[in-house]
Amino acid sequence: MTESNKLPSGRSRIDSLEMRGITKRFPGVLANYKVDFDVKSGEVHALLGVNGAGKSTLMKILYGLYHPDEGEILLNGKPVTISSPKDSIHLGIGMIHQHFMLVQTLTVAENVALGLPSSRGALTDLDRVSKRILELADIYNLKIDPSAYIWQLSVGQQQRVEIIKALYRGAALLILDEPTAVLTPQEVDELFVIMRQMVKDGHALIFISHKLHEVVEISHRVTVLRDGRKIGTRLTSETTKQDLANWMVGREVGFVPDRGKVEIGEIRLKLERVVCGSDRGTPGLRGVSLDVHSGEILGVAGVSGNGQRELAETITGLRKVTGGKVFLEGKEITNLAPGEITDRMLSYIPEERMRDGMIKDFTVAENMILREHHKLPYSRYGFLNLRGISKHADDLIKQFRVKTPSQETHAKNLSGGNIQKVVLAREISRNPHVIIAAQPTRGLDIGATEYVREQLLVERRKGAAIMLISEDLDEILALSDRIAVIYEGQIMDIVPRATATPEKLGLLMAGVHP
Amino acid sequence: MDDAPSYGYLSVAVIRSLQVESVLHEVMAATMKKVFESEWVSRLIDGLLPVFATLAALLVGAVMLLFLKVNPIEAYKALWVGAFGTSNAFAETLVKATPLLLVGLGICISFRGDVINIGGEGQMIIGAIVATWVGLTFTTLPGWLVITLAMLAGFAGGAVWGGIPGVLKAYFRVNEILSTVMMNAIAVQLMNFLLRGPMIDPAQAELASKIPQTARLLEIFRLPRLIPTRLHLGALIAVILAVLVYILLWRTTLGYRIRAVGQNPHASRYAGIKVPRYIVLALLLSGAFSGLAGATQVFGVNYRMITDGSASGFTGSAGFNGIVAALFGQLHPIWSIPASILFGALLVGANSMQRVVQVPSALVIALNGLVVVFVVSSEIWRQKRQRRRLSVARQDGDSPPPADEQPVPHTEAGT
Repeated sequence: MTESNKLPSGRSRIDSLEMRGITKRFPGVLANYKVDFDVKSGEVHALLGVNGAGKSTLMKILYGLYHPDEGEILLNGKPVTISSPKDSIHLGIGMIHQHFMLVQTLTVAENVALGLPSSRGALTDLDRVSKRILELADIYNLKIDPSAYIWQLSVGQQQRVEIIKALYRGAALLILDEPTAVLTPQEVDELFVIMRQMVKDGHALIFISHKLHEVVEISHRVTVLRDGRKIGTRLTSETTKQDLANWMVGREVGFVPDRGKVEIGEIRLKLERVVCGSDRGTPGLRGVSLDVHSGEILGVAGVSGNGQRELAETITGLRKVTGGKVFLEGKEITNLAPGEITDRMLSYIPEERMRDGMIKDFTVAENMILREHHKLPYSRYGFLNLRGISKHADDLIKQFRVKTPSQETHAKNLSGGNIQKVVLAREISRNPHVIIAAQPTRGLDIGATEYVREQLLVERRKGAAIMLISEDLDEILALSDRIAVIYEGQIMDIVPRATATPEKLGLLMAGVHP
Repeated sequence: MDDAPSYGYLSVAVIRSLQVESVLHEVMAATMKKVFESEWVSRLIDGLLPVFATLAALLVGAVMLLFLKVNPIEAYKALWVGAFGTSNAFAETLVKATPLLLVGLGICISFRGDVINIGGEGQMIIGAIVATWVGLTFTTLPGWLVITLAMLAGFAGGAVWGGIPGVLKAYFRVNEILSTVMMNAIAVQLMNFLLRGPMIDPAQAELASKIPQTARLLEIFRLPRLIPTRLHLGALIAVILAVLVYILLWRTTLGYRIRAVGQNPHASRYAGIKVPRYIVLALLLSGAFSGLAGATQVFGVNYRMITDGSASGFTGSAGFNGIVAALFGQLHPIWSIPASILFGALLVGANSMQRVVQVPSALVIALNGLVVVFVVSSEIWRQKRQRRRLSVARQDGDSPPPADEQPVPHTEAGT
């Protein structure tokens, strides 16, 4: 520890950074209230909390995007003022945003150089930038090609570019805002390897997440925020997932929902050797045969991009089936229009809810009738029945506990969890016979996740046949009666829940028969 | 502070009053803040924005007038009097506003469906041609019947002319901006051909001048006048249709679907709406209203179809100005009524301004352009403002506090 006040990047360390008594108010909302937070060189400090707990606000204050109403920031014990990201970068603080700040049509080197003065004045110095990128990539073991275009890179690689960008600008402290939200499980592992290396080299990392297992895996300390206040800070090794979860939501959380006993009934949904293409022109599904019974949840597990999207879309009529047949309650529905399939009481909770499940500029009430707007009591003879629509919206808002100022609020103003509740309310309130739920809890906080899962179980109890497509193995294991593993457009195996273990499913997901 | 006794009392009074003032100021500021943050005030500001933008444009216009050594007050007075000064002037304004409103209603539909219809000119022309043909062909039928048939024919003609680009967009992914503009060119040439050839006024056919115009409609086929001015029934029809379009867009499943498809075709498709069908319908209806605008011009104003060889020779550019009027009315059919009247007034008033203060007509066109530029910029500003408002309300993706749940009180002690 003698000479190493320097990081491998040549920049001096941030031994400690402390935020004291940070308070930030927005009109009508107290985003942070007297929050203390600190991070030291050589540690990952996780910041945990449900959506809207104030994590992002606190970090945006640290990065200079917001100014605190009260409180101070100390860097290596000395008070500093951070009034813009420029200041924070100058102090050695870098931030990896949840949504990448990269220009798709530029190369890696160009993106890194963007906004920085060139060493050659008016001329670019991309060759020098590239050289430095390669140096940094070598030091931190980040495989990256400086001349590659951003659009050619996978999401995980793009994140590495963001990390390089921060390091290039001399970041000693890195804020990672929900870095794993967009990554596949493998990419998460790769990111963790990089993070561990950086910590070993003396960087300080702040890891924002609401995924408990990741926090437990990667962090040294963890601070939990709730409603803008700090609930506490602990050594990660001295806590359990259950403790953290209780802290986050402020009550006991039942991890394994009560599934209850349900009679498995007749076959509601049947796929026979279904074949279809994918958006990339490669085969999407290569002969999938499945059936889902009434009162059953069939989990479909798999690594992202192995045909899950195509599976949901062929069933719902959104993607052309090129071979095989789909049956809904005994009747063939292969390649019918989406509306015709929907009308046969099939409900769909789409993966990309903002794009496919919602009309952002429609009100909550209008969104609630998206599927049924042409039916009584929402319309008659082509005219909308505003009273019926309004009553329906009121009922569903109450029943599904949607947090919204009013039913006239535009959907885009709701939080992610509440948007999913609107989708869920709309799809479930029709009393569907079959439900296709694609990644229904992705990106939701614990409270909303729990709620969505509960609702799926309620529908199962009512006798619906449910296909749950999820990349979250815990979710699959907690909810499913049987688990189908999909790999490269084929079903590897279908295992009953009783005999399914994460290890066994993991092997199947990797394309290996145990 | 000076402590001299003579000033002592005064300074105390000043400080007191300052304190009172600062308290007052705080209260005022808080109230103002509340007022500005409340939803309906925001909406009011948004609603009045075009008016402010227009005033700003007239201000810049005043500078231009000063450069021309014309007294702007005098000029604007002439404009005002020319547009609203007499009942005749006001009637003329409404006559000019009528085709703008009809085209604008169609624009409300198509733009709400995210289809950019730039083909109002062509659709007006086709509507007018078909309506004129009806008027010149069925000369033995009663007047009310021919007028009704002609209006319907104009509606249908415009619908076809709008529907073609609609089909091309929905099923062959042809950009509708391009195709509607191209359809304009086709319509103009068709009009020129017909008005110089098959449909030419028999009187003109014998003359050497050969002015491209059709024969005059029978007097009984003219749209009835509302008051003893040039104001005709078309204006009333347009206002009634504005209400009907409002109902169509917000009270029928058809309008719901057009808006849904316009906002998010993906979600609409997932919800079982046949997206291409509603793209076609949006453009078709839009074209139909322009077609009707063309028909009313013939039956209410000119009583024949006449041109100078260009599109605007017949339409007076109403096919384009209607787009501006609709945007000015924030794509709302009811708000499009005052917006159309404003632009009608500018057209009419500018003429009289030209006469009274002797400014070149180019300035009048520039003034119109200024209004458009200012309105469009104010619209962009409004959207930015709205986004900012929303992002503050959402506060990092959090939902706004629901009405029944108070936000965390500020005074409560932490942790």
